[in-house]
Amino acid sequence: MGADGIGAAVRRKEDVRFLTGRGTYTDDISRHGQTHAYIVRSSQPHAAIKRIDTSKALAAPGVVAVFTGADMAADGVGGLPCGWLIKNKDGSPMKEPAHPPLVVDRVRHVGDQVAVVIAETKAQAKDAAELVEIDFEPLPAVVDSLDALKAAAPQVHGDAAPGNLCYDWELGDKAAVDAAFAKAHKVAKIDLFNNRLIPNAMEPRAATGDYDPASGDYTLYTTSQNPHVIRLLMGAFVLHIPESKLRVYAPDVGGGFGSKIYHYAEEAIVTWAAGKLKRPVRWTADRSESFMSDAHGRDHHSHAELALDKDGKFLALRVATVANMGAYLSTFASCIPTYLYATLLAGVYTTPAIYAEVKAVFTNTVPVDAYRGAGRPEATFLIERLVDIAAKEMGMDRVEIRRRNFIPTDAFPYQTPVALQYDSGDYFSTLEQAQKTADWTGFEARRAEAKKRGKLRGIGVSTYLEACGIAPSNIAGALGARAGLYEAATVRVHPTGSVTILTGSHSHGQGHETTFAQVVAETLGIGIDQIDVVHGDTNKIPFGMGTYGSRSLAVGGTAIVKALDKVVNKAKKIAAHLLEASVNDIEFKDGKFTVVGTDKSKTFGEIALTAYVPHNYPLEELEPGLEENAFYDPKNFTFPGGCHIAEVEIDPDTGVTKVVNFTAVDDVGRVINPMIVEGQVQGGVAQGIGQALLENCVYDKSGQLITGSYMDYAMPRADDLPSIGVATHVTLCTHNPLGVKGCGEVGAIGSPPAVINAVVDALKDHGVTHMDMPASPQKVWSVINGARRMAAE
Amino acid sequence: MPQVSMTVNGRPIKADVEGRTLLVQLLREKLGLTGTHVGCDTSQCGACVVHVDGKSAKSCTLLAAQLDGANITTIEGLAGADGKLHPMQEAFRDNHGLQCGFCTPGMVMSAVDLAKTNPNASEHEIREWLEGNICRCTGYHNIVKSIQAGAAAMQAAK
Amino acid sequence: MYDFAYHKASSVADAAAKAKGNDDAKFMAGGQTLIPTLKQRLARPSDVIDLAAIADLKSIAAGGGAVTLGAMATHASVAASADVKKAIPALAALAEGIGDPQVRNRGTVGGSVANNDPAADYPAAVLGLGATIHTDQRQIAADDFFLSVFTTALNPGELITRISFPVPEKAAYVKFPSPASRYAMIGVFVAKTAKGARVVVTGAGNGVIRIKSMEAALDKAWSAASLDGIAVSASACNGDIHGSSEYRAHLISVMAKRAVAAAG
Repeated sequence: MGADGIGAAVRRKEDVRFLTGRGTYTDDISRHGQTHAYIVRSSQPHAAIKRIDTSKALAAPGVVAVFTGADMAADGVGGLPCGWLIKNKDGSPMKEPAHPPLVVDRVRHVGDQVAVVIAETKAQAKDAAELVEIDFEPLPAVVDSLDALKAAAPQVHGDAAPGNLCYDWELGDKAAVDAAFAKAHKVAKIDLFNNRLIPNAMEPRAATGDYDPASGDYTLYTTSQNPHVIRLLMGAFVLHIPESKLRVYAPDVGGGFGSKIYHYAEEAIVTWAAGKLKRPVRWTADRSESFMSDAHGRDHHSHAELALDKDGKFLALRVATVANMGAYLSTFASCIPTYLYATLLAGVYTTPAIYAEVKAVFTNTVPVDAYRGAGRPEATFLIERLVDIAAKEMGMDRVEIRRRNFIPTDAFPYQTPVALQYDSGDYFSTLEQAQKTADWTGFEARRAEAKKRGKLRGIGVSTYLEACGIAPSNIAGALGARAGLYEAATVRVHPTGSVTILTGSHSHGQGHETTFAQVVAETLGIGIDQIDVVHGDTNKIPFGMGTYGSRSLAVGGTAIVKALDKVVNKAKKIAAHLLEASVNDIEFKDGKFTVVGTDKSKTFGEIALTAYVPHNYPLEELEPGLEENAFYDPKNFTFPGGCHIAEVEIDPDTGVTKVVNFTAVDDVGRVINPMIVEGQVQGGVAQGIGQALLENCVYDKSGQLITGSYMDYAMPRADDLPSIGVATHVTLCTHNPLGVKGCGEVGAIGSPPAVINAVVDALKDHGVTHMDMPASPQKVWSVINGARRMAAE
Repeated sequence: MPQVSMTVNGRPIKADVEGRTLLVQLLREKLGLTGTHVGCDTSQCGACVVHVDGKSAKSCTLLAAQLDGANITTIEGLAGADGKLHPMQEAFRDNHGLQCGFCTPGMVMSAVDLAKTNPNASEHEIREWLEGNICRCTGYHNIVKSIQAGAAAMQAAK
Repeated sequence: MYDFAYHKASSVADAAAKAKGNDDAKFMAGGQTLIPTLKQRLARPSDVIDLAAIADLKSIAAGGGAVTLGAMATHASVAASADVKKAIPALAALAEGIGDPQVRNRGTVGGSVANNDPAADYPAAVLGLGATIHTDQRQIAADDFFLSVFTTALNPGELITRISFPVPEKAAYVKFPSPASRYAMIGVFVAKTAKGARVVVTGAGNGVIRIKSMEAALDKAWSAASLDGIAVSASACNGDIHGSSEYRAHLISVMAKRAVAAAG
């Protein structure tokens, strides 16, 4: 390993610009002659639009244009597409109601886009937006997905989705599961609601459309995790712009967590409007708009049952889930509660039979899509809560029942009953390491000490598994994916030996500019200061799928490795020529090409120069230059896993729960930069603790969003969180050359059940067996108070 | 339209502003100092924190017109003229106290004020001080570490 | 926000003159509540009159059995004041707990008290200590000052100049912040004063309220145990997603006891 190669905790290359205010986020970009857009949004949860009068707004100072859905429809603008087709149990396709960028005659959630006002300044646009008159005819609204399935429920899409049902899907062997339940010794059951969350990347979404009338070229600057996906969806399906005429540039992006994967209405609106007005059109969300227009996450109602034999072995798992899609299908909404959820229900256990059915439902709420973890946190929370309940039913220790059902470390590759084949893992080691770090055996003494101080202390464990780098494309395609799932990279070696990497992955906090450079440094034996990583601009980078699902290193990193292999192979041929040796005798190590067994060598820089100044060069056999591309389509998912242990203390007088200790031991495969991995896990855990104790998106019955700002939506702050202890225990991924698995989401996946299991443990003397998230002070106090009252009566 | 004069990062500036123009709008839109960010509209996230006459303040909750004659320092003005990072910036880099970088300018400016106000702040005091700075990426663990290291380095540099 | 004309007042008289006859003008102290309100377009003043340049409103003084805060004294300066810490430590601690450091650097006691947000901290101290509000026109006793949500006894155009807090024998303020906004979901200020005990709650309902049953109990014996069994009716409290009226009523009892214990 070089000083900054694989495994080194290298300081990040991107940090200096962020620390000195020289980052370039979308809203930092000003275009000459730009206008400012403000979106007029629905104040109504569900209403027919009788009339829109834009005349007063048009007459307001500085206003350039006001457009409505009718204007976009007249131009043939298409609806926002969904990227994954799910089939019903009977094989019929899911319902895909139209999702126009600006609505035409009906709004379906508070925040739905009704019109756009474009003016010389943002303040003028906002002032004029108040003058757009909309006659709403309010319609009854439905918020909760279970309510939406009821016979008399308001219909969000009428005949386009009867009964508000998007799809009714299943996975697994129902007959085998039924048979296993019939002979079960005990059955553990749970009903739970996985709370709805609002992602809240700190940078609000922004988009600027630009159009060059001379060339006919469009440019969209946008806060995206995957600019090529946006170019494809918006160009092909919404605005019908050839991809050669459309550049999508996602510069520095201030956090995504899934919420910036999707193609949003505003991107299409500003691009289309820029073409109409022949001027740049700039839009940036106010945070209040983010709350009502960024795709939300989670929102599952589930009932699950686990059949056990007399030894506590899991015989079968049965799960029924209702997933809230919100008012429209967001870009990848349909695959989250299916292929990223039900396929994960085996977890780390040998449960031989699993059957899951999932109903996806439309409601008058903001669309729901992937949020950090995307399906896997929902599966993990369900399993890990159910296993704790099973332990109680069986009178078994929570850790022992897990160990008894773990997939043995020598059983890989392991085929689950829900489609996935795990390649590697060692759940015993991560559990043992976490228990040791968390001093599991010393807990009862800490509980007793806390009791003396009047506090209720509990400890909870979660042993989890997740799946990253969704692939391969052909299998995903057979399951309904409407896009490829590969990644692309270009390695461009410059004449004097420095290197530019052009990657389809996108970094919005993950530190790719450093991690990817470390991979290159390790391979080429050059320093990371000689390596630059370019991402985000479709005019520069190869067609890539971007960053989501913790795929960047496993898929994007592998594409870089594949391209590097090609570079090294070609460089060896050049070296062989220069050194007058057979290419088979050339060894490349530490940045030097050496004829094996001799001291004859050439440096990487010398080879690079020769490639571009090919005076002494085998031009008949080899092209000049040193630049290679690779596309990599993985053979399988990767499967990170591990163990999280949370220790909480509850103040019974107020119900306040504090996480006092948190231990994460994760198997994320090979670690390229331990500093960055640790940061990724800590950030994920913070979001997991946020979900477990604080965060909750709330609508009132009428469909108004109650948690529409940080005044009401509880974001985790520094004093809400503990120090987060992170360690890794590595087993290598067997099917990518780096052996990497992914670390972006493990924190958010493993931690919520660990926290809630700890809360339930702390409250076990109060008759508590389950608590839905968030375990807010009020909720915890109500439980304690209820138990006290019962005891008093 | 009121005209304001102030010193921004050591440079005297003059600008015409509306009554409603916020300091952050003046900085970002008129002066091109886009390092100061806007992450919310309820004055809670702290991405916009700058120093006004040496004290941290939210530039989204100040009118530009209020600050006639004030001395403003933004994230762009923190490093030395030679580009040498401020000890707090260096500490954030050393301790991986940032990920996406969006909250970072406000976080650093707030941290510098803390280190001046309370040079030996405990972990608990640091976490409480950060009530007005929200980060979604780091879980704050490494921010706390960074501030401890940065405050120590600032003291050592005295 | 909507646009407005901005004015900088050079003196109290100048501020009053600028506001005279204009019901749509607003005084701005630290602006830490006013500006967020304007940003949300929840208010539309024609004129904003900035009080920051009026130097003699910023003083902090202790003496004669009272702490007197100029209306424009910032929370940070009150929290850091050695005089305040010595005379009424509970007041310094309250100021130290308002909002976040950036709000404390700009926000002022006069602004907070004049605004009378039902979840604000300062009104609890004003009422809890039986303070006197001095304006450019008169003096108002705390008991007569807070009328209801965002409403006080101030006349249009009337300006708070300073507030005098009598030094109590002992006092403390304990609050339970909302998990989201961090405003007081319940805050309780208790004071043992020459004229008897005071227990004041903020965050519960439509403004600060005194809990007379608790005051009577503490007059008999100043100890947290004296408050055992004294429940506050949930009907005195508002509810929201973070705290039902029952929960808030319960928290009043818990915070009151903790405050008495903290006061010593």
